Amino acid sequence: MSAATIVSLPDQATARIPKMNFLSKENGLLSWLLTGDHKRIATLYLISITFFFFIGGALAGLIRLELLTPQSDLMAADTYNKVFSMHGLIMVFFFLVPSVPATIGNFVIPMMVGAKDLALPKINLLSWYLYIVAGGMMLYTMATGGVDTGWTFTTPLSTHYLNTNVISAGLAVFVAGFSSIFTGLNFIVTIHKMRCPGMTWFRLPLFVWSNYAASILMVLGTPVLAITLVLIVLERAVHIGVFDPAMGGDPLLFQHLFWFYSHPAVYIMILPGMGVISEVVSTFSRKRVFGYTAVAFSSVAIAVFGFFVWAHHMFIMGISNYAALVFSLLTMLVAVPSAIKIFNWAFTLYNGSITFETPMLYAFGFMGLFTIGGMTGVFLGATGTDIHLTETYFIVAHFHFVMVGGMLMAFLSGIHFWWPKWTGRMYPEKISQLAALITFIGFNFTFFPQFILGTLGMPRRYAAYPPEFQVLNVFSSAGATILGVGYLLPILYLTWSLKYGEIAGENPWQATGLEWQTQSPPLTENFPEIPIMDHEAYDYEWLERQQRKEVASV
Amino acid sequence: MSHISPVLWQFLVKWLTNFALFPPEASKIAPQMDALYFFMVLVSLVGLTIVVLLIVGFSILYSKKRHPEAVQIEGSTLLEATWTIIPLGLFLIMFVWGALLYFRIYTPPANAMNIYVVGKQWMWKAEHPGGQHEIDSLHVPTGQPVQLTLISQDVFHSFSIPAFRVKREAIPGRYSSVWFEATTPGTYHLFCTQYCGTNHSQMIGEVVVMTPDDFRKWLQGSTSGHSLAQDGERLFASLSCNACHNPRPDARGPNLVGVYGSRLTLSTGQTVTVDDAYLRQAILNPSQNITQGYAPIMPTYQGQISEEGVFALVEYLKNLQSDYRIQQTLNTTVLPANSEGNAAGQAPAAQKAGGQGEVQQ
Repeated sequence: MSAATIVSLPDQATARIPKMNFLSKENGLLSWLLTGDHKRIATLYLISITFFFFIGGALAGLIRLELLTPQSDLMAADTYNKVFSMHGLIMVFFFLVPSVPATIGNFVIPMMVGAKDLALPKINLLSWYLYIVAGGMMLYTMATGGVDTGWTFTTPLSTHYLNTNVISAGLAVFVAGFSSIFTGLNFIVTIHKMRCPGMTWFRLPLFVWSNYAASILMVLGTPVLAITLVLIVLERAVHIGVFDPAMGGDPLLFQHLFWFYSHPAVYIMILPGMGVISEVVSTFSRKRVFGYTAVAFSSVAIAVFGFFVWAHHMFIMGISNYAALVFSLLTMLVAVPSAIKIFNWAFTLYNGSITFETPMLYAFGFMGLFTIGGMTGVFLGATGTDIHLTETYFIVAHFHFVMVGGMLMAFLSGIHFWWPKWTGRMYPEKISQLAALITFIGFNFTFFPQFILGTLGMPRRYAAYPPEFQVLNVFSSAGATILGVGYLLPILYLTWSLKYGEIAGENPWQATGLEWQTQSPPLTENFPEIPIMDHEAYDYEWLERQQRKEVASV
Repeated sequence: MSHISPVLWQFLVKWLTNFALFPPEASKIAPQMDALYFFMVLVSLVGLTIVVLLIVGFSILYSKKRHPEAVQIEGSTLLEATWTIIPLGLFLIMFVWGALLYFRIYTPPANAMNIYVVGKQWMWKAEHPGGQHEIDSLHVPTGQPVQLTLISQDVFHSFSIPAFRVKREAIPGRYSSVWFEATTPGTYHLFCTQYCGTNHSQMIGEVVVMTPDDFRKWLQGSTSGHSLAQDGERLFASLSCNACHNPRPDARGPNLVGVYGSRLTLSTGQTVTVDDAYLRQAILNPSQNITQGYAPIMPTYQGQISEEGVFALVEYLKNLQSDYRIQQTLNTTVLPANSEGNAAGQAPAAQKAGGQGEVQQ
């Protein structure tokens, strides 16, 4: 191996994928559909969320195609409204929320804490089935005419003025919510109860900390969304009048209830991604994460503060000026832990020994784009500038920088990072580095012009727009095609690598997590025997001593 | 440019000359807003530069080639405190600065000229006090604070004028308001920015800013003949509000002369200041807004008056300084009522309602 890489693979001539592993243990469709193994459920999740990601992505492609020209000429306004609504619903509830926790989290958290499985394997399977039922309902909604409420279900538009499939879409999200609650519950119980001997809270990898924080948000926040959606359905079906001003209801109440979940939901989406970045940055710079405790507690701080900022979505909606003041202040406070994390990751590189494999490239992309996404969040969190920028493309750009530039980058980083563990084979390095670069460039081309569009005042959710906005929209659409290539490439080469990738061996990255101290792909029970944690997290010296011992014993 | 196809050339010229990068500043608040905006851009650029420099710099200095052996460091409380406190300080500056702007934008000055705006799927209707009606456009003068009182007749809409840097949600069932003072004559975009259904992107219009002289001319040229308050007075009579709300000593409702801006004590013991929002509530939802000392006999007018009608009534009551005209209308309507309602069949609508009221008593 050259000095420029950390990868150390076994001798390819003699290496074999271990005969006994979680993939080969049982065969047949039923063995997958009735499995209790967290790794198999994670695999099911991976396949299903990828499916939904490509549906959501295709819808995004349609949006960008329509916005090439100022007139609404590719599709009628109604169709456009349905397309962006379905894009939002699918991407938020069927990709972003379950992306890292239900796939990567499901796969690695039990191994990271040194357990055989999650605490409640059947609940874990149930949560995947709920996801599939919800997904089926969403596809049904789409096939029978779609829904055009936007992903926010704003009342009284959704309850009284639209004649699309609001009820089935609402119920689909309701069911998907339970899937997310069960996953969160499972993680919390597992992290509390299933840690192996010696695994104290402050020896947990930061990925576990951030998923723990996200799980708390899922368990406490999602029920509120569920109640809100039930109220929407009842309001629409039997006119109970909770949100209807004509019947003495209050449409602003809906906004409060919806954002009480949906703001924390943003942190449900981003926190697990931050966990991935901590693992990757540490591994590829061979250093313990700078200020482990601060990073761990900043996740918890985000989870706690995240619950008290929801009304910053409502600054222009007629909440009292003083309420706006309080929520703006709290929003500024929640921005600080994110800043702490960025600087801690940057300083993890200091005095390290850095290599630039694909997961690390995606992590760098995350840090840059998330910084922009976070800073522009402050533009919107300050009450004054929010008045001008909210409900425009500025906000679209902002949350895509956080969700796509942040979360999706983190997801891809994590998928590449744990791919060798998951499949036992390496992905092809050069082409995946290229894909990471293409994604980064395409992303900036797509979403950066939208900040300028938003500052100009172009409203979001417009099928047609004034002609002077066209140049920037063409830039954005052109960038989206590059981004599309960036997302298609991993599908192709990762599938290819399932058969032709190099054998990865136990620990190709020389990483310290417990999941790397067992065979790849792991046994159904994860470890031959429950490990004992006798060192801190990210202890690379421990790893070296361990390896020297092995060499000596051979 | 002979080597470029003329069609393409035309296209590029047209395209690039019609290419905006920053919105015009056409109100008094716009430059103030932009100052904060550019301060934030500056802070973001500095922050981003620091992060990128750290990543790139460390990546070069500590790449495996150059630095094969990592040196383990636990962390540094001092450094971490630095990057906690400095961002916090900057965010707090932005918070205070932003809040100052916010309070300025959403606190109309007392001398503002009021224009009423109704949002409905998918148009904006503006009602000037002088009786000028506009659809999807808004004419305003320079140098004069203008307050918009907004309401939606159906779903949430949002009234956005990017060139003024102001925006306010039009909410069904309650008034919201925003104000601005235009500075530069011209025509600017008006957008609905809250997604409101099929033709959301057609719910656009223009804001025409005129010099005070031009605006006066426009007002004279566009008047509908009677002011908004006059519309309100007519409605007040035709809905028979005057049957109870009159200056007679045995009136069953409170006299409304000078009620706007006063403080009322309600039957619940609560005191309220009478403003636009209260008047609207009292008309549409009277049973919960009974003035102390009066019986809860007023019927609701929910569904009987359009939002424009409520605006007209509010404008009328706002300017109601004398009960002389109510007295006048009363004298003509009460007479047949006194003859025990036997004229009810032939009486004009206004008289009829008043007459029946008397009979039921």
